[in-house]
Amino acid sequence: MLSFITRRLLLGILTLFGVILITFILVRVVPSDPAAQWVGGRATPAQVEAAREELGLDQPIYIQFKVYIAELLKGNLGYSLMSHQPVSEELKKRFPATLELVIISSFIALLIGLPLGLASAKAKNSWIDHFSRFFSIGAISIPTFWLALVLQLIFFMILGLLPSGGQLSMRIKLFQDIPHITGFMFLDSLITGNFIIFKDFLKHIILPAICVGAYTIGLVARMTRSALLEILNEDYIKAARSYGLSERLILYSYALKNSLGPTVTAVTLAMGYALMNTFLVESIFSWPGIGKYVADAVICLDYPAIMGVTILAAFAYVILNLIADIIISLDPRVKL
Amino acid sequence: MSKRYLYFNILMKRKLETLKEHLYLLQQNKLTFIALLIILFLIIIAIIAPIIAPFPSHIYSDVNPQDKLLPPSRVYFFGTDEAGRDLFSRVLYGTRISLLGSLTAVVMGLLIGVPLGLLAGFYGKFVDELIMRIVDMFLSFPPLLLAMAIAAFLGPSLQNAILALIISWWPWYTRLIRGQVVSIKEKEFVRAAHAIGTPSWQIMFKHILPNCISPVIVQASMDLGGIILTLAALSFLGLGAQAPTPEWGLIVNTSRTYFLKAWWYGFFPGMAIFITVLCFNLLGDGLREVLDPKTKKY
Amino acid sequence: MRDYFRIKDLKVNFRTSEGVKNIIDVNELNLHKGETLGIVGESGAGKSVLAMSILRILPSPPAFIERGEVIFKGQDLLKLRENEIQKVRGKDISMIFQDPMSTLNPVFTVGQQIINVIQHNKHLSKREAEKEALRMIKLVKLPDAKNTLRKYPNELSGGQRQRIIIAIALSCGAELLIADEPTRNLDVTIQAGILKLINELKSRLGITVLFIANNVNLIFIVSDRVAVLYKGKIVEIGTSQEIKRNPIHPYTRRLLGITPVSRKNSNLTEDEFKKEISLRDPACSYFYKCEKRMEACKVHPPILKKISNTHWLSCHRFINRKANNEPTSISH
Repeated sequence: MLSFITRRLLLGILTLFGVILITFILVRVVPSDPAAQWVGGRATPAQVEAAREELGLDQPIYIQFKVYIAELLKGNLGYSLMSHQPVSEELKKRFPATLELVIISSFIALLIGLPLGLASAKAKNSWIDHFSRFFSIGAISIPTFWLALVLQLIFFMILGLLPSGGQLSMRIKLFQDIPHITGFMFLDSLITGNFIIFKDFLKHIILPAICVGAYTIGLVARMTRSALLEILNEDYIKAARSYGLSERLILYSYALKNSLGPTVTAVTLAMGYALMNTFLVESIFSWPGIGKYVADAVICLDYPAIMGVTILAAFAYVILNLIADIIISLDPRVKL
Repeated sequence: MSKRYLYFNILMKRKLETLKEHLYLLQQNKLTFIALLIILFLIIIAIIAPIIAPFPSHIYSDVNPQDKLLPPSRVYFFGTDEAGRDLFSRVLYGTRISLLGSLTAVVMGLLIGVPLGLLAGFYGKFVDELIMRIVDMFLSFPPLLLAMAIAAFLGPSLQNAILALIISWWPWYTRLIRGQVVSIKEKEFVRAAHAIGTPSWQIMFKHILPNCISPVIVQASMDLGGIILTLAALSFLGLGAQAPTPEWGLIVNTSRTYFLKAWWYGFFPGMAIFITVLCFNLLGDGLREVLDPKTKKY
Repeated sequence: MRDYFRIKDLKVNFRTSEGVKNIIDVNELNLHKGETLGIVGESGAGKSVLAMSILRILPSPPAFIERGEVIFKGQDLLKLRENEIQKVRGKDISMIFQDPMSTLNPVFTVGQQIINVIQHNKHLSKREAEKEALRMIKLVKLPDAKNTLRKYPNELSGGQRQRIIIAIALSCGAELLIADEPTRNLDVTIQAGILKLINELKSRLGITVLFIANNVNLIFIVSDRVAVLYKGKIVEIGTSQEIKRNPIHPYTRRLLGITPVSRKNSNLTEDEFKKEISLRDPACSYFYKCEKRMEACKVHPPILKKISNTHWLSCHRFINRKANNEPTSISH
């Protein structure tokens, strides 16, 4: 078991290295000049040259790469071309908000998607099945940014029930003492027992969470359904029925364990998609996370920032996959 | 009559019968059939867009500043944007971009991914390791991220976005095909062909490929929808089509500034994306029901 | 005892993309308590479907039971509600299947699987169920019971797996065991061991066995009585001896390898075929292959009729011929 984890870990590191390499090469292939960007539009050529030297861009490529990796291992992701701030600092500030959004929306997605897929597989071809199939295909077809706009339209403009953006309302931010224990507003407000902030937070997170989670609800529902259907057709389920076990027992204790593999894969994929969806949704809802950060960076072509986010996202993805692999390896059929 | 001609005849008849059977089954699933019809309808629209658009000149030239931001009416079915351009015409033209763009991306992705997958699965060992490691590296990027990075670094434009999508998508097909090839490779008929001395490329393309093509077809038809979605997302972020190209995602992006004043601006193009992608996904799902023996309902 | 187990007028159909297909059409089939009845038929004859219909574990969208009765100890199993038939499964009637690997759940240990069944069916505590499980494992002659229970199915051999399955099936006191080709996927030497085990358990536990196979010699070894199944219909029933020594139905004779005298009549000629296909399906499903067919066989479906105390036959041609070594008068 330990050797398995080590192997997957090494593979993960290798993959991450590949990601960094690819992104690094992409940056160097770029048509525009980072040095010129750094000093701004009205700099003299001398200043651009000075910037180039300062940023180390005059060095040969492999030295640049070595330097980058060395700095990376120290935790230095470079400086944003726009804000001149360290990228790592900016990411650190914003990452918890995005993580919160991803976790909460994935949770919602599982809460809705899993039972939907389960009910669908149990009652194949009934109206529940047709409804949930249509619903889940609809969920994976809907453009996330469009859903965000439409939800804003309905709940903010027409119904006035929910706020249009931000993590907390202005009023709360001015008059309440915002707790900062874990950095996660959901936990912090619960820990300190501040229900005013908690309620306000919920009101703000519900729409972004639905938008981020819509695709994953559909994905999880579909994959659960197809995995369960395949399992319920197996001989050992037929045999279990013949021994007189009730359908309920068969579904919940037998079939569910068999579907662990595909379900975990589905959840991992879902969380990966959720992370990506935050990029689209955060700017619309002014959610203070890395999605908004990267959306802005992309418009200004702030390469260190973009690279930083790419590496962070890829890193998160690799970790997620590693956890998924470990859970799947608990299946006795998997050869370690 | 030559033997070859007879053989060909029988083969074609059999293929026609299978096709008829598939169409019959497909048509039984009402939802899938409707989706197919809508897609055909959209293709027709894309082709005749210049003819049926009420204001074709609005596509690339700003002409009507006095009619800006008008709500939907009988003249302007979807309303107008901030430059006074008819949104209905722009959305119609956007159909061309989305359909053509996604078709290009999927076809190119297949042309790169499928042969690589065949090679990897068939030859195994070093070739397999090499190709699959590269594939794993590409697939380890969270979805969309790679496309974003490539599009950002190549410079935002519609062509670069499509290129970025091709580069992001081909690994999926390679992995899919390779898995199939590995399991088919061991089957008796492949060994028999080998024993008779059939050249490798023939075994790959004439024997193995037809047997593993169905999951790829299902995946590709769903990807047609997925790529439209991703393309729109890229344009929404500013990484894809640039103004004044009437790409749906771009229009939704531009609409954000005027969102409070003109809800129709972002609503209709987004709805167009939704319906198109929905139909492709329904089609793909329906194809899966037909082609996948495991979920067949007899 | 006459009415221990009885199938009457059972008709099972399948809904396919090409319409409704009839799979089982059994007039009458009786099982006597304590005997082994063998059902023999080629692949596709409907043996498994027949077995699954009894316990009502047929896959229900394509399959449906059109009509019929399956009477076990006075109760019609087909008329029971789902929760009532669940009580019958495993505790009164149990079934073992053909492929021991796919019949066991790969992600649970075999111990967990048998304990699960015992716990659920007999309402015992986990510890008591464990003890029962160990007892059953020893009963099926598996050595080192405690360690075996901890293994996963893929760690055991085919013969071991089949023994485990027999243990599970009989763990809750079932008195009727349906064995659907239990040795088909096993080596010949292992086969012998399993058959011996079933026999021993039969006398030890006093169970009745319905043994299904496609190998006619195997059926003769195992069964007291034999029923021959062709395309869902029982064509002949008799004791093992009778069928072996005096098979009457043309299909039975073909199964036993008794080739017809003149090969000329065994299949239709082209002209005959062209005449026949304009008709609807002939009444007797064996018509096209039968070398003794008559006009009546086209029109009237043959029914299973008693021709001696222990011998039944479903055939127009031979229904009046009496069995060789039976008295001429038919008695009940």
